[in-house]
Amino acid sequence: MSTETSVTASKWRLVEAGRIVYINKGKFTGKLAVIVEIIDQKRVLIDGPSTGVARQAFSLTNLVLTPLTIAKFPRGAKSSVIAKKYASAEIENKWAATSWAKKIAQRNVRASLSDFDRFKVSVLKKERKLAAKKL
Amino acid sequence: MATQVAPKWYPAEDAPIAKKTRKSIQPQKLRSTLVPGTVLILLSGNFRGKRVVYLKALEDNTLLVSGPFKVNGVPLRRVNARYVIATSTKVDVSSVDVSKFDVKYFAKDKAAKKSKKTEAELFEEKDSKKAVNPERVADQKKVDSALISAIKQTPLLKQYLASSFTLKKGDKPHLLKF
Repeated sequence: MSTETSVTASKWRLVEAGRIVYINKGKFTGKLAVIVEIIDQKRVLIDGPSTGVARQAFSLTNLVLTPLTIAKFPRGAKSSVIAKKYASAEIENKWAATSWAKKIAQRNVRASLSDFDRFKVSVLKKERKLAAKKL
Repeated sequence: MATQVAPKWYPAEDAPIAKKTRKSIQPQKLRSTLVPGTVLILLSGNFRGKRVVYLKALEDNTLLVSGPFKVNGVPLRRVNARYVIATSTKVDVSSVDVSKFDVKYFAKDKAAKKSKKTEAELFEEKDSKKAVNPERVADQKKVDSALISAIKQTPLLKQYLASSFTLKKGDKPHLLKF
């Protein structure tokens, strides 16, 4: 046994000021917001000036932590500062690039297909199946 | 002298007077999605599940549709607007002449209504199929040719009309968009 031990920081998503969260419940369902301040074990203050989410206290049970954070986020920052930081950190692009956001987008596209579109999809699927069989 | 002489007697009991109805039969108001040229999904009857093209609203509050017959076997036919799903797919039907079709066109011939069958007739084996009126066949062909040429403008639309609608596993009809 070696006497040395290495300690590495965990890669957990932490509840922290500047963490981007995905809202799971209520009026703002499906929108992103930033944690501005931690109120207590269960609640945080969130704000999303660029996503149209009002500044409010929110239960962590109804939020999902995303892997995105805004670095060097001033705790308790006001909305205008958040909007600037949000833009400069390019959260929107980073979020759109995640597989999570892509899945949501795909689900929305699927749901908005018309009957004819669904038929076209089925035709394309059949074509793909045939092509795969030929290989 | 009085212009009107009072009657010498009057009825002991009031005669009931029929109420005048102030209602009248209004032509049905179709929902906004039902526009001629819309592809419909039939929900009831022999052709349930078929996708057809809506051509015209008739005076008896029914919709005139055509498969077209050549594509999916649905002839020129009247359907109830209640038993139909209107899809967002439209076909250009401006080239299809439907002025000929009205309620009278679809009415059964009086001669066709037969009197009661005799016993011998009941058990008579029928070999020959009921012949379709040649006029109807000609009309169907005329409408179909115009309709199919319009349908062919959109790729896959013909195949779409030929296929029938079913709910598949996991489909939630209240959430589906048509």
